[in-house]
Amino acid sequence: MGVAAGVTAAVVAPGVVLHSVTAAPRSEAVTSDVRWGLLIDTAKCADGCSACVDACDRENGLNLQSKPEGASQEHWDDQKAVWIRKVKLQDNQTGRVTNLPMMCQHCEHPPCVDVCPTGASFKRADGIVMVDRHTCIGCRYCMMACPYKARSFIHKVMEDQLTRVPRGKGCVESCNLCVHRRDFGEESTACVDACREAGHEAIVFGDLKDPESTIRKHLAEMASRQIREDLSLNTGVRYSGI
Amino acid sequence: MKRIIYREWRIPPARYWGLLGILASVVGIGALAFAYMEHEGHWVSGMSNSVVWGTPHVFAVFLIISASGALNIASIGTVFRKPLYKPLGRLSGLLSAALLMGGLLVLVLDLGRPERLVVAMTTYNFRSIFAWNIFLYSGFMAIVIAYLWSMADRHGEPYNRPIGIFATFWRLALTTGTGAIFGFLVARQAYDAAILAPMFVVMSFAYGLAIFMLVLMFTFAEEGRPIGGRILCRLKNLLGIFILGVFYFTLVYHLTKLYGAKNHDLVGWLLLDGGIYTFMFWVGWILVGGLMPLGIIYHPVLSKEKNWIAAACALVIVGGLASMYVIIIGSQAYPMQMFPGQTVLASGFFDGVQGEASRYSPTIPEVLLGLGGVAIALLVTSVGVRVLQFLPESLADDVLPVDEEKIVEQGPAGAKA
Repeated sequence: MGVAAGVTAAVVAPGVVLHSVTAAPRSEAVTSDVRWGLLIDTAKCADGCSACVDACDRENGLNLQSKPEGASQEHWDDQKAVWIRKVKLQDNQTGRVTNLPMMCQHCEHPPCVDVCPTGASFKRADGIVMVDRHTCIGCRYCMMACPYKARSFIHKVMEDQLTRVPRGKGCVESCNLCVHRRDFGEESTACVDACREAGHEAIVFGDLKDPESTIRKHLAEMASRQIREDLSLNTGVRYSGI
Repeated sequence: MKRIIYREWRIPPARYWGLLGILASVVGIGALAFAYMEHEGHWVSGMSNSVVWGTPHVFAVFLIISASGALNIASIGTVFRKPLYKPLGRLSGLLSAALLMGGLLVLVLDLGRPERLVVAMTTYNFRSIFAWNIFLYSGFMAIVIAYLWSMADRHGEPYNRPIGIFATFWRLALTTGTGAIFGFLVARQAYDAAILAPMFVVMSFAYGLAIFMLVLMFTFAEEGRPIGGRILCRLKNLLGIFILGVFYFTLVYHLTKLYGAKNHDLVGWLLLDGGIYTFMFWVGWILVGGLMPLGIIYHPVLSKEKNWIAAACALVIVGGLASMYVIIIGSQAYPMQMFPGQTVLASGFFDGVQGEASRYSPTIPEVLLGLGGVAIALLVTSVGVRVLQFLPESLADDVLPVDEEKIVEQGPAGAKA
C-alpha cells in the first residue's frame, strides 16, 4: 500500500511541476517577494479632476450601482460603495490647498484585519488588503476600525456586476489594487492608468520591495508620508506634498 | 428569619396571556422589521458608510451589558455572601440570560449576512475582540444556566459558590470585552480609550440593576407579593452608588480626552455643538440617566415610595439608552481626523467637510428591531418566572435574612446561623 502511494506520488509530482509551468499566472500562489503599493504626488493631483474615481468605478463595476427607489439622493450618496475618492484640503495655518485621492491604504498592520471576527478581512502575501466575500458576515467592525474610511458596505441587492469583481449585498468591500489585474500579471491599476491618460501622472503603482521599481526610485527621490503615521500601520500607499 | 420559599408567578391567566400577547406582538413586529431590512438591504436603515452601526447596536449593546449587570445581584449574594441578596439570585440569573439572548439576537439580525452566523461560529480570527466576545457571550449563557441549577437544585448547592465566583469573573470579562470593542479602536477619536472598558462595567452594574429592580417590582406588584422596605432601600442605595460610578467614569473619560489638544475639537463638539448628541449627552445621559434618579434615590421622602423608586429605575434605563446612543452613534458621526491641522474643503465620501459631522437618523425598522430584542428578553423572563420557581414568595422585612452587619454583631454563632 505504502509502495503504491509512493509510486502515485512520483507519477503525480512531475505532473504538478509541469502544470505550474504551463498554467496562467493566476494559479500560482501569491508570494511575499513583492509588496504592491501606490505613491501619490499631490502636487500633480488636479483640482476638479475625477479621472481616477471614474476609472475605478468602471473597472470594478461600481458605476453599475443605482439608487434604490424611494431613497434620498443625499443618503444614498453615503450608502453607495466608494473605493476611491478625491479629497481637497486646506492647511489651517498657511491656507495651502492640496488635492489627493484616498483609498484603502493597504497597511502592513491593517486594523481591519485585526478586528474581523471571521478573518474575512485579510492581507495577501503581496500586501493587498481585501475582503473574502465568502466569509464576510457583514458585521462592519472593519469599517469601525479603518482609520481611512476606506471601506464600503453594500446596502442593497446587486442588480448588475462584473464577472471579474463579484459583489453581494451585506458584505464589505474596498480598493484591492485591482487584484484581478495582479492575478493576470498586468502592471498597473485602473486609477493609475486613468491619471496618466489625463496627463497628470500623479499616481505611481509598483512593487515597494523592488529597489529597481519606478515607485521605489520615486520614493527614494522625493519626501513622502503616510496618512496617520502616528498609528504606525506602515501603509502601502504613500503621499508626497502633504 | 424564615425559610425562603420560591413559587411560580401565578397572576390570573387572562392577565398573563395578555402580557405575553403584547410581548409576542412586539417580538413579531421586530421579526418583520428584520425581514424587511434583510430583504431590502441596509439602505432602508439610517446607517451608511459613515455611521456603520446604528440604533440596533444601541439596543444590542445596552441589553448585553445590562445582562452582565443583572447578574450582579446573584453575585452579591453568592460571592460576597450577603444573605439579604440570596433570595434574589434566581431572578437575577434568569433576567441575565434573557437580556443576553435579546441583545445577541438584535446584534445577529443586524448583520449584513445574518444567515452566515454559522461562519462566525466556526471560523475565528483570535486577534479580533469580536471573536473573543462570541466565546464570552456563549460561555456566559452556559455559566448562567449552571449557576441557576446550583441555586435551584439541592445537588447543585455545593457548587453554588465556585460557579458564582467563576460567573462573576466571566461577567467582568464579558463587559470589559464589550467596552473594548469600542475602546480598542484607534481609528476614531472618541474611542481609542481603554477607560471605556471599565466604564462599560460600571454602566452594566447600573443598567442591569435598574432593569432588575423594575422587573422585580412589577412581578411582585402584579401578584400582590410583599416587598419590604429593607430590600428596596438596599437596592436603591446600590443603584445610587452605581450611578455615581457612571458619573465618575464619564468625568474621567472626558477629562482624559480634554487634556490632549488633539481632542479639544471632539470634546467641544460633543459637549457644546454636537446637536442631537449634545442633547443626548446632557439631557439623556447626565440629567435623565443620572441627576434625576439620584435626586429621587437620595430624597428623604420620595426615596421611600415604591413608585418613585420605579421611576428612578426607568430614568436610569432611558439615560442608559441615551448614553449608548452618544457612545455608539455620536462617536461615529464625528469626522475622523485623517489630516490634522487641515480643513477638508471637499470630499467625494463625506470626510467631515468643514468639520461637519456625519448625518444619521434612525429609521422605524431599526427601532422596531431593537425593541424586538427588549421584548424577547421580557418574554423569556415572563415565561421563566411563570413555569419555574424563580421568584421568592415574599420579600417582606421579617421574611428576609438579617443584614450581614447584624450577623457580625451577633458574633460567630450568629454567623453560622
